[in-house]
Amino acid sequence: MPPSLPTPVKHVFFSPARIWAIATNTLLELFRLKVFYFLLIFALLLIGSSAFMIDFSFQEQFQLLKDVSLGSMSIFTWLLAVLATAMLLPKDIEDRTLYTILAKPVPRFEYLVGKLLGVLLLLFISTVVMSALFAVALYGRQQVVIAETIRNYAGAHQDQLRDALRGIRESTFTFSLIPGIAIIYVKAALFAALTLFISTFASSTIFTIMVSIACYFIGHLQGIARDYWLGNAATGALPRIFLALVALIFPDLQLFNLVDDIVAGNSVPMLLFAKTAALGGLYACIYLLVAYFVFASKEL
Amino acid sequence: MAVAAVLLLFGLVRLPIENSLNAQYRDAFFHGAKLNLGLRQQIGQTAFLAALGGFRALVADGLWIQAHMDWSRTEWGKMLFIFNNVTALQPRNMMFWDMSAWHMAYNASVAALQDTTQPRLALRLKHQHEYFIIGRDLLERGIANNPDRYKLYESLANVLRDKLMDHYNAALQYAAASKFPDSPTYEARFAAYELSYSPGHEREAYNDLVRLYKMGEKEWLPTLFSRLKYLQETLNIPAAQRIKIPEDQLPHPPHPKPQPQPPRQ
Repeated sequence: MPPSLPTPVKHVFFSPARIWAIATNTLLELFRLKVFYFLLIFALLLIGSSAFMIDFSFQEQFQLLKDVSLGSMSIFTWLLAVLATAMLLPKDIEDRTLYTILAKPVPRFEYLVGKLLGVLLLLFISTVVMSALFAVALYGRQQVVIAETIRNYAGAHQDQLRDALRGIRESTFTFSLIPGIAIIYVKAALFAALTLFISTFASSTIFTIMVSIACYFIGHLQGIARDYWLGNAATGALPRIFLALVALIFPDLQLFNLVDDIVAGNSVPMLLFAKTAALGGLYACIYLLVAYFVFASKEL
Repeated sequence: MAVAAVLLLFGLVRLPIENSLNAQYRDAFFHGAKLNLGLRQQIGQTAFLAALGGFRALVADGLWIQAHMDWSRTEWGKMLFIFNNVTALQPRNMMFWDMSAWHMAYNASVAALQDTTQPRLALRLKHQHEYFIIGRDLLERGIANNPDRYKLYESLANVLRDKLMDHYNAALQYAAASKFPDSPTYEARFAAYELSYSPGHEREAYNDLVRLYKMGEKEWLPTLFSRLKYLQETLNIPAAQRIKIPEDQLPHPPHPKPQPQPPRQ
């Protein structure tokens, strides 16, 4: 009797397990590149700014600490998204890993989704760690100010002390900080997808990074271009075409700049936050889709 | 070509969404900063680029620290220059408006009065008054940018009351602050007190103070009794209708009479 052959495994067109395997490998690869060292710089920034602010009033201290922390989070997540994503494809091509993966029955779309998911996981972990460090620094500063206030109000009426402490607590942790941080993550995710798209047709890593950074600055001016275009403020066909292209091709990144206003005391309506986050998600999906179009027709 | 078509199509689809989101954020008082060429010339190219790149809070903080250092050197003119830039970058930040106005109306004004390089008292007083006005103007601009919060109304009322002796307008600002649900309870009290110092508004002030008195013992504070006593005498309220003022509740020394108001510019 001839030996029985192993039952052939049916190839699944879309496999979350394969995507997850690529994503975790990408994350591991990025871990090995020691990208988390930037967290040390973030922690130093927090400690440095906390020590530097002793001369300021407590409102100023909280304000500066929040601005420095959230601003740094925004910069670091954006840089991480751009730099980590820009090197993914060129590195895989250089190491020949890409050919090994695509020689297996892994569709190119899954490969791209897996790579992007790996970067998104890295960004998520980074955002969570930075948020935790920020919360610890803010809590520590809050406790110092509370202790000082209790000392200063030693002989005062209980109502006055209660009002003062309420003022301090309201100046530190507000619920709006959570959507603010979430939007920082969404913006970084959008950039990861955009950079992945650029890297599918880029000739080098440096080109990808440069174009991505240019997109960042143009994206922050997109709103102005759109207002000028739609408001018929520009005269002449050429400027109007240029403004229309800027408005239609680049993302409006000002929509994702909520932290400045949140730190200033504005609270974000939840519906608006949800719409902004959904728009960010949609951007990421579209950039992933066009990245696939380019990558699918790329000769490797 | 297909990629460009998808991007343009997506651009057309998201255009109304982005417009609507922008409008909703504006209604929620977000994105109030106006970054223009004037600001570019004042804060420098790098800072302006950073502000355009979404880091205007960090740029504003950097300038604020600079102003703090200028404060230690008492360079009031330079501080005002920086305050104007900081508030232009972060118009929704209450602290910047509030502290800028405080520096001008309370610190710079005192420094102007004590300026040893200016021997003429009249000029020192003039300069002092100019700083009061700068403080008031900063707060008025702050309120125009933040009409939805009580804090700046209160700060403006404080400047009008303590520095410009404009009690009627101070009363109006305290009253405006008291309308916000999260404002402290003393706003309504201060509005009534300040109205009691405003010539020509004694009757409304008396009615407000009586209303406060009827709210119960929590409002029975020395200033309330002092102002009630003054208005009952000024308005010749019949003895039967007068509220009995406990003498031991009056403030010591008696509350000062209002100062004449300087002309409002």
